[in-house]
Amino acid sequence: MLSIKNLHASVEGKEILKGINLEIKAGEVHAIMGPNGSGKSTLSQVLAGNEAFEVTDGEVVMNGENLLELETEERAREGIFLAFQYPVEIPGVSNMQFLRTAVNAMRKHHGEEEMNAAEFMKLAKDVSRQVDLDPAFLKRGVNEGFSGGEKKRNEIMQALLLQPKLAILDETDSGLDIDALKVVADGVNALRSQDRAILMVTHYQRLLNHIVPDYVHVLAGGRIIKSGGRELALELEEKGYGWLGIKDEATADNAAN
Amino acid sequence: MATTDQEVNELIKREYEHGFVTNIESDTFEPGLNEDVIARLSGIKKEPEWMLEWRLKAYRRWLEMDEPDWAHVGYPKIDYNSISYYSAPKRKEDMPQSLDEVDPELLKTYEKLGIPLHEREKLAGVAVDAVFDSVSVATTFKEPLAKAGVIFCSISEAIRDYPELVQKYLGSVVPHGDNFFAGLNSAVFSDGTFVYVPKGVRCPMELSTYFRINAANTGQFERTLIIADEGSYVSYLEGCTAPMRDENQLHAAVVELVALDDAQIKYSTVQNWYPGDEEGKGGIYNFVTKRGACIGKNSKISWTQVETGSAVTWKYPSCVLRGDNSVGEFYSVALTHNYQQADTGTKMIHLGKNTRSTIISKGISAGKSSNAYRGLVKFGPGAEGARNFTQCDSLLIGDRCGAHTFPYIESKNKSAIVEHEATTSKVSDEQMFLCRQRGIDPEQAVSMIVNGFCKEVFKELPMEFAVEAGKLLEVSLEGSVG
Repeated sequence: MLSIKNLHASVEGKEILKGINLEIKAGEVHAIMGPNGSGKSTLSQVLAGNEAFEVTDGEVVMNGENLLELETEERAREGIFLAFQYPVEIPGVSNMQFLRTAVNAMRKHHGEEEMNAAEFMKLAKDVSRQVDLDPAFLKRGVNEGFSGGEKKRNEIMQALLLQPKLAILDETDSGLDIDALKVVADGVNALRSQDRAILMVTHYQRLLNHIVPDYVHVLAGGRIIKSGGRELALELEEKGYGWLGIKDEATADNAAN
Repeated sequence: MATTDQEVNELIKREYEHGFVTNIESDTFEPGLNEDVIARLSGIKKEPEWMLEWRLKAYRRWLEMDEPDWAHVGYPKIDYNSISYYSAPKRKEDMPQSLDEVDPELLKTYEKLGIPLHEREKLAGVAVDAVFDSVSVATTFKEPLAKAGVIFCSISEAIRDYPELVQKYLGSVVPHGDNFFAGLNSAVFSDGTFVYVPKGVRCPMELSTYFRINAANTGQFERTLIIADEGSYVSYLEGCTAPMRDENQLHAAVVELVALDDAQIKYSTVQNWYPGDEEGKGGIYNFVTKRGACIGKNSKISWTQVETGSAVTWKYPSCVLRGDNSVGEFYSVALTHNYQQADTGTKMIHLGKNTRSTIISKGISAGKSSNAYRGLVKFGPGAEGARNFTQCDSLLIGDRCGAHTFPYIESKNKSAIVEHEATTSKVSDEQMFLCRQRGIDPEQAVSMIVNGFCKEVFKELPMEFAVEAGKLLEVSLEGSVG
């Protein structure tokens, strides 16, 4: 489904990704772990098409299509979804309106009829219950005054609504208490399917107790330095990143070189 | 993917959709302004002697006045002798007696603008007065309104048929000498709308005037007078468009509202005059004086405006809160794009006890435009317990536009309370990325973000027009991304 080859990317002239290689197949769940500053979030942003990052080398192919040539919204319509680490607020625009516009943009792209307000309301209510959000929140402004946990649940809810081919979850566990983490994990597990891939970016392994990945990759200094199965995450938890020769974010670059 | 790009391109290229010209034979005055021109104008309209006197008095006063130069706008000096002061579609001696007699070409024009003048059509709940260049061409739903006792007609008819009301109130809110443009309008106004709602009557439908400038080199000077008698209520809406022309055209209107005891007037504007092209060529100069007087106790006047058109806008719909406990409101969305300039805001003059006013202003600047809010809140010595709340928000799209806020507060009463909040924000890259990541077109994203920003104002518009206003913003913002 997704093939990343020798991906280099920089922000404001500073190279962050220094040659990422990764193959993801439909149905698989991959976890990317690594210390702060290793480039985890950059990888998510680059895949989703954030124009603040410049791709300097390499290729990303999704289902035969050169992803890097597509605009952000075109990638989204092709099935790339990014659950944001810090979702931004859009004052005055109701969640309902925002989500319906998004769903209809996707439907239009796929030649399907747009959903009217009533149809969408029903769908959105069902999905919001799935992530334990009071449907009343649909009337509130996008992320406006949401708690950290609500924002994360809202992101997962959007993934459930939009049914992407590749869901990228950027630090979806950060800032969640254990109950909220469980709810979010249930949402993500509901997303798992034969024709969908999930790429989870996380600093800690605790999320992986709830969402069990097929593969775990360790990212440091802009490169994947180790890949393995689920056991790799457990090993990391036990031994820390130091075990792989990575001391902390300041020296991560040197350690990887 | 190709289809998407194509659509975006089409959207960006889409032009001002009301820019067509109607080919209709007109009687148009030679350009120029003097007392003879005014006498001729008054003669054509078969006005009584007192009206001509009123005009001439205004004209003489105007000659002594200077064009205001304090607004945050710039435009070349206007030669008032190069403008024609009257242009009307040619027609038989008499006014058309019914809609069936209105020139079909004119009916077509309004239909094209989405304002059908057939009473059974989609605006079935709204009575419309259609003003084309200098004259009112049709007024719908006169009969059902008359049954309720509501007078809704062109001001020319009102001058002939209801002289007592006109003489009593015309110029009572905006006198001749109020300002340069109001003075000019008083001398040469050619038509406009008159509304009188009698005591205790709640006007049974929305009233609306649709202004259209068609002729070239012509100014439009309409005059609107709305009187809400004791305990009455009326909601009124005006819309405006003009053809695309390379020359600038002048629109200098005066609107006067009078609310007696316990009366309420809700006045909404969707202003979409031709804004000029991408290079800033052409467009309407919109120099308008709008003022409402709450002369009765417990009366209320509420202005809601959505301003997206005009090359230059100079407009401050105001409320004079004379009656005790009277209420003034101003809700405004002003959007400027390309080279448009707007200096707009309001004046709330608190004279009576416990008078209250609310100002919510949303300015949106895109392209290389300049958008200024200018507002005065004034408390007279008798404004015991009066209060005002002002909120001015500016939203910038891109980095070549400007937003300015000029609030003035004058208080001669120590018990008065003023609250003022102001914010400036940008459509952020993060917001755009979030929308686009969810598959939403950049243009649609901007329009959605801007609509959200304007929500507090849109909810004040009559339902039918709130939707229109949202769409209008979308069209006006085209090409503002990228």
